[in-house]
Amino acid sequence: MVAAPPVAEATGVTKRFGSTAALLEASIRIEEGQTHALVGRNGAGKSTLVSILTGLQAADEGAVAFGGEPAPRLTDRDAWRRRVACVYQKSTIIPELTVAENLFLNRHDRGRGGLISWRTVRERARELLETWSVDVDVRVPAGDLDVEQRQFLEIARALSFGARFIVLDEPTAQLDGAAIARLFARIRDLQRQGVTFLFISHHLQEVYEICDTVTVFRDARHVLTAAVGDLPRAELVAAMTGEAAAEAGAARSGPPAGAATVLAVTGASLPGRYEDVSFQVRAREVVGLAGAANSGRIEVAETVAGLRAAADGVVEIDGVRPAPGSVPAALAAGVGFVPQDRHHQGYVPRMSIADNGTLTIPDRLGRAGFIDGRRRDSFARSMIGKLAIKTPGPELPVSGLSGGNQQKVVMARALANDPKLLVLVNPTAGVDVRSKEFLLAKVEEIAESGAGVLIASDELDDLRLCDRVLVVFQGRVVAEIPRGWHDHQLVAAMEGVDLDG
Amino acid sequence: MVETSTGTAVTASTPAEDGPPPRAGGRRIAFARLRDLALIPAIIVIAVVGQLVSPVFLRGDNLLNVLQTMSEIAILVLAQTLVLVVKKMDLSLESTVGLAPGVAAWLTVPVGAGHGLGLLPGGWSVPVTLAVGVLVGVVNALFIIRFGLNGFIVTLGMLIVLRGILTGISGGQTFFRLPGSMLYLGTTQWLGVPASVWLCLALFAVGIVVLGFTSFGRSLYAIGGNVDAAKAAGIRTDRVLWIVIVTASLLAAVAGLLLSGRLASVASAQGNGYIFTVFAAAVIGGISLNGGKGTVFGAFTGILLLYMIQNVLTLAGVPAQWIGALNGAIILIALALSRVTGGKVQD
Repeated sequence: MVAAPPVAEATGVTKRFGSTAALLEASIRIEEGQTHALVGRNGAGKSTLVSILTGLQAADEGAVAFGGEPAPRLTDRDAWRRRVACVYQKSTIIPELTVAENLFLNRHDRGRGGLISWRTVRERARELLETWSVDVDVRVPAGDLDVEQRQFLEIARALSFGARFIVLDEPTAQLDGAAIARLFARIRDLQRQGVTFLFISHHLQEVYEICDTVTVFRDARHVLTAAVGDLPRAELVAAMTGEAAAEAGAARSGPPAGAATVLAVTGASLPGRYEDVSFQVRAREVVGLAGAANSGRIEVAETVAGLRAAADGVVEIDGVRPAPGSVPAALAAGVGFVPQDRHHQGYVPRMSIADNGTLTIPDRLGRAGFIDGRRRDSFARSMIGKLAIKTPGPELPVSGLSGGNQQKVVMARALANDPKLLVLVNPTAGVDVRSKEFLLAKVEEIAESGAGVLIASDELDDLRLCDRVLVVFQGRVVAEIPRGWHDHQLVAAMEGVDLDG
Repeated sequence: MVETSTGTAVTASTPAEDGPPPRAGGRRIAFARLRDLALIPAIIVIAVVGQLVSPVFLRGDNLLNVLQTMSEIAILVLAQTLVLVVKKMDLSLESTVGLAPGVAAWLTVPVGAGHGLGLLPGGWSVPVTLAVGVLVGVVNALFIIRFGLNGFIVTLGMLIVLRGILTGISGGQTFFRLPGSMLYLGTTQWLGVPASVWLCLALFAVGIVVLGFTSFGRSLYAIGGNVDAAKAAGIRTDRVLWIVIVTASLLAAVAGLLLSGRLASVASAQGNGYIFTVFAAAVIGGISLNGGKGTVFGAFTGILLLYMIQNVLTLAGVPAQWIGALNGAIILIALALSRVTGGKVQD
């Protein structure tokens, strides 16, 4: 007897966006009734594979098949929906409409005269949710449901189209522990009823808890597929990160004994983001805050910079306590800040380099609120020189610069007030290799000159220059790793895996 | 419906489970439905106050008078409601109110009387009015949907252009001696009630049924609530948007026809400034400017409340010069009231 064809299979799939390949000859084979994990670091090609598997994008090369048959045309949404459904991280529930209507959107039951019979719609919605054991009142607006209930709703809706293969794109990202347990119970339940799952997660322990098979993607390629039980954790992490990279360079000597504390965070909590975070940064010290995308590390850094206010706890900068949640207070206390996303928070694209670089220090540029253009430009010129920004002059709008040079302008702004504490969030995201090296060297230089540095990032290269790295996992600082770590050691900690366990 | 049948948890499949999360309570539902009727108490209060101010207020002919004066602008509120539910805006409606009958008058009014050209026989006036409405809608939709421009700015431009065209063709004057077919709807009475009132109520009834009980109507809410989700559900969003924008302009043309008929003229400023009242009525009636929320019935209560208050003020002998200031104040107070009854921050 021939084995049943796989529920879904992609073979030799390549997808390019411009010059970068999001997927290169990637393949995946998902057997019926399994829960199949897809893991990989950011940019490994997971999301692209999902959008190709769910018919949102066409592959440049390669083929997708469901149950042995070739995939339907992209325009035939109904055919796709009968084969595969995806619960995206971004909800496709319409909050203003009731649960019942969300389930039967655009396929309402009609009564006499072609009008919608709300009674029938509600009854069928109730039946559907009962079939799949989802306990939600179908009459409430879907916006009143919590994240967990909405996920169940989306799963139930997917099943109601007839799909028995469901992609879950990081379903646990926004759930707490108890909700994750309930979600897993449901997945096991549905699996027993013949539903196949493709489970995408950043948390490896979840893969070991719920999945049968795991596929690893790295740098747009398929790396391995194995039964979860046969794959030790260390090997899985090694497959995700590639060969263990070279030992971290120990160029800097670290803070001298007795260096002053420039940042002290004590018992800081922000419900839903981070809990009971305490740490210190000394002068001439570089401290990393590592963690996955939703770990809460960014929020901690933003709290220090005054973008957020902690609900609990104290942030003390160089001996003073700036008013919580006030950026001007943080600036005055001596914080320089490179925000998470330069496009959103970093610069004003149409303003000149000079204006952007001096946004934080108008009081140094002139008296009584007036700005002395010449002083501003000379200040900007010195910044351009110090940070090697490639530009014809300080009057060029920032939008005309390359990504790396834009980030240097943001860095210039952070350094404009001679900070005692430099806070950087993903400082090298989306910049080329050379700018990256330059920026990181600059950070070391700042630290050498006597400032404390806090880097919140998940890029290993950013964290390599830190004297110590604090690992944040689900809102808590779970580990402190001194300089000289191996890549897989840090990645495992960020993913919440205990390598020895 | 028996509450207990849905109250029992059916999720207890694994012993390790912490039990189902707390359910959104039944009170929420009742509240959502009440939001639709939120203005009814206010309307009753105004009716009582009106009766105290003047015994004329609750008499049939006065109420009919209120309904007739609001009928044209109420149709605009209906049109704007459709557009707001899909998360767009149409400011140009108020200019369409003037331009659509204006063009019809321009083409049909005989030479000699004002700027009429007398090119077409009088029977053409109604079809021309409606055609102009459709044409304006098509132009709006072309800019907004086909070229992906911001609806607010597009229709702001259209508002100015259309008003300018009307001023141009009329020479800034008023068209009189309109053909009989244009006057009919604005002047006739059916069963002792003005035809415009019947028409207005009928259009609202159709609006309530379409938006509440048809797939097409519900797709408006889906698009306004989350356009990506609507697309994912197989709704042809662009087509629905086209229909909504063109229908809104067509309704504005109908409103213009009723207004011209009632006044037996088309002034070059006809409809000028209406759009503010229209938006106010829609928002007071519970329509969200952020799309996907509100009902046609709510919108109707919104405009009804505004006009009842105006009528009471008139009956109370408030000087006409003060009506404008009071109107603005009423809008603000009504908004504040609906914020209190609606309970949520308005967006």
